[in-house]
Amino acid sequence: MSKKPKSAKTKSKLGSLLVNGILLLIVLLWTIPTIGVFVSSFRDPFDIQTSGWWSVFPHKEWVKIDEFKPADDLDRDSVMKIAGVSGTFAEFRAGILKPDGEKVTWVGNKRLGMIQIQEKKWVTRTKFTLDNYDKVLSGKKYVIKTSSGATKEFQGDNFSGALLNSLTVAIPATVIPILIAAFAAYGFAWMQFPGRRILFVLIVALLVVPLQVALVPILKDYVKLDLNGTFLAVWLAHTGFGLPLATYLLFNYISGLPRDILESAFIDGASHFTIFMRLILPLSVPALASFAIFQFLWVWNDYLVALVFIGAKPDVQVFTMRLAEIVGSRGNDWHLLTAGAFVSMVLPLIVFFSLQRYFVRGLLAGSVKG
Amino acid sequence: MASVTYEHVTKRFGDVVAVNDLNIQVADKEFLVLVGPSGCGKTTALRLLAGLEDITDGKILIEDKVVNDVAPKDRDIAMVFQSYALYPHMSVYDNMAFGLKLRKYNKDEIKRRVEQAANILGIESLLDRKPKQLSGGQRQRVAVGRAIVREPKVFLLDEPLSNLDAKLRVQTRAELTKLHQRLQATFIYVTHDQVEAMTMATRIAVVNQGVLQQIDTPQMLYDKPNNLFVAGFIGSPAMNFFDAHLRKDGNNLFVDTGTFSIKVPDEQAKIYMPHVNKAVIFGIRPEDIHDPKYEAPGIIAELVEGKIEVTELMGNEIFLYLKSGEHNYVARVDPRTSFKMGDDVQVSFNMGNMHIFDKETEQAIR
Repeated sequence: MSKKPKSAKTKSKLGSLLVNGILLLIVLLWTIPTIGVFVSSFRDPFDIQTSGWWSVFPHKEWVKIDEFKPADDLDRDSVMKIAGVSGTFAEFRAGILKPDGEKVTWVGNKRLGMIQIQEKKWVTRTKFTLDNYDKVLSGKKYVIKTSSGATKEFQGDNFSGALLNSLTVAIPATVIPILIAAFAAYGFAWMQFPGRRILFVLIVALLVVPLQVALVPILKDYVKLDLNGTFLAVWLAHTGFGLPLATYLLFNYISGLPRDILESAFIDGASHFTIFMRLILPLSVPALASFAIFQFLWVWNDYLVALVFIGAKPDVQVFTMRLAEIVGSRGNDWHLLTAGAFVSMVLPLIVFFSLQRYFVRGLLAGSVKG
Repeated sequence: MASVTYEHVTKRFGDVVAVNDLNIQVADKEFLVLVGPSGCGKTTALRLLAGLEDITDGKILIEDKVVNDVAPKDRDIAMVFQSYALYPHMSVYDNMAFGLKLRKYNKDEIKRRVEQAANILGIESLLDRKPKQLSGGQRQRVAVGRAIVREPKVFLLDEPLSNLDAKLRVQTRAELTKLHQRLQATFIYVTHDQVEAMTMATRIAVVNQGVLQQIDTPQMLYDKPNNLFVAGFIGSPAMNFFDAHLRKDGNNLFVDTGTFSIKVPDEQAKIYMPHVNKAVIFGIRPEDIHDPKYEAPGIIAELVEGKIEVTELMGNEIFLYLKSGEHNYVARVDPRTSFKMGDDVQVSFNMGNMHIFDKETEQAIR
């Protein structure tokens, strides 16, 4: 206790260690399911049925080193002596440990079963395959020979079509609201017109309208307009529900840009449109990118809007809908479910990691001047 | 190149009057400095001329043309902002070329003008850089360069030196003066720094609380301030003021401060005679108070007793902080003086340069 500063230093070191430890734990907890899906999606269907995904890591397992038929004259209802150990049939079924670490196990039934000598060994189950992805993504037919020798025809899940549909929905549904919102945000921030405040408040107030409330009325309108089951329907819906937040976020950022720069451009002879295109857009990239991530992830993961407005039309179905479908039709085919799920996660992950630095910066936009 | 005229210009923000009935005539090729304390409306006056704010009342003319309703880009002006307002995502070249591109100049002409401006300002080697990579002084030059390339009728400069360090400021001051002579353009320059105003201006307009106090050449402003505000604002250290009244004694006129009274020279006495017994403010600049041993020959000196509270050696001069009775004042004396802190001394006031202001109206009596 004599050296106070040192003890304080150790304390802070300990504290940061604790914080980092806890964070690491949370990160692990959070990513383990994803890793599980990722690993499973590459595993052989048989492996998935018989062992967990974690068995791909080195672990100790009982491995057969010898197998033989028990002697026919063995009395299987009393205590037997096999390979140097003795026990009842039930005990052999459970496995009897020999003093040298090997295990004697009765595999199979009483009459036809075999005796296995097993040993604990380090094993890794690394039988990986891309077949799962192939089956999920393509729509062609597979012929599979079952163990009994019969052939079974197998329809691929055609996720690649759904993937394209998802992109067709997500990209315009991200770009359109951003473009509109950027214009609107500039107008609200830097142009004088009557009713500016009220309009802006109105738009921000729209943030509280829940999507679900509007589904049925919009659906009714779409039916009248014959928009149901088209991409346009989904684009419009996502644009409408994305706009309030987009306008608000971008307004915060754009109104925080230094006034001098815009005034200087005015004196230089720029019109509002030139200022928007040449100054505002390039300077707002962080905010635009951060909202783009938000909107893209939201649209990509969206199931409800697509389900309601696209419905059951297979040729325009998006990814999430296909995924939900195969959960029903192939509930036991984990190798296909995990592969499908992982395909759906890849794109958002790429988008997030490549634009990550804008993400945090953009979220702070308006609150902290940088 | 053009003249600029403010005619009864008023600008109100809600209830706040930022500029009040401003009348200024800026001649062609003049370097006019608008100076005043912060928040006095000088920047607003400049922004009104630039067209960045709407005029509430009155008229602004550029070259005899009323520009009240003319858009900023059509006024043929260029402005240098206090923050420089460079476009952060463009190179220096593009920053300077931006205005020209928007005005559809052809490429060769833009290149020629930008290079010429860069040459004048000594920033040729920086043309490819982004503003982020420049120092404060370089940014300031780019901002000036952006104004020059346009070859406007009027240059507006809004405290362009206030973000520079002291040494660079002095240097840039001289460069701006040179630039003004070289370009032969009308400059309107806003600052709160009276040293900048004094050193650069052909004429200075002193503004306080939205009202023009006085507009004149730096020398006239210094020697003959119109009122108490101008007298106190121009000059550093500021002019000393004493509450006093004028007392007639026989044929002589005295300034009586209560603690001491000083004889007014005969020439001035004639002017002040009608104000005898009136409450006035007597003003005298620190450099008009001398150590009697080193006073300049030929001045009309009157001795005053005081106690030296603090001395400050500046090298080429010494500031004495004096106290006579209730009155505190500063003298700026010859460095050879033997006056020490705590001394009771006699200093001589050069009454030839005295100022008298009406206490009520704060206007100079002349």
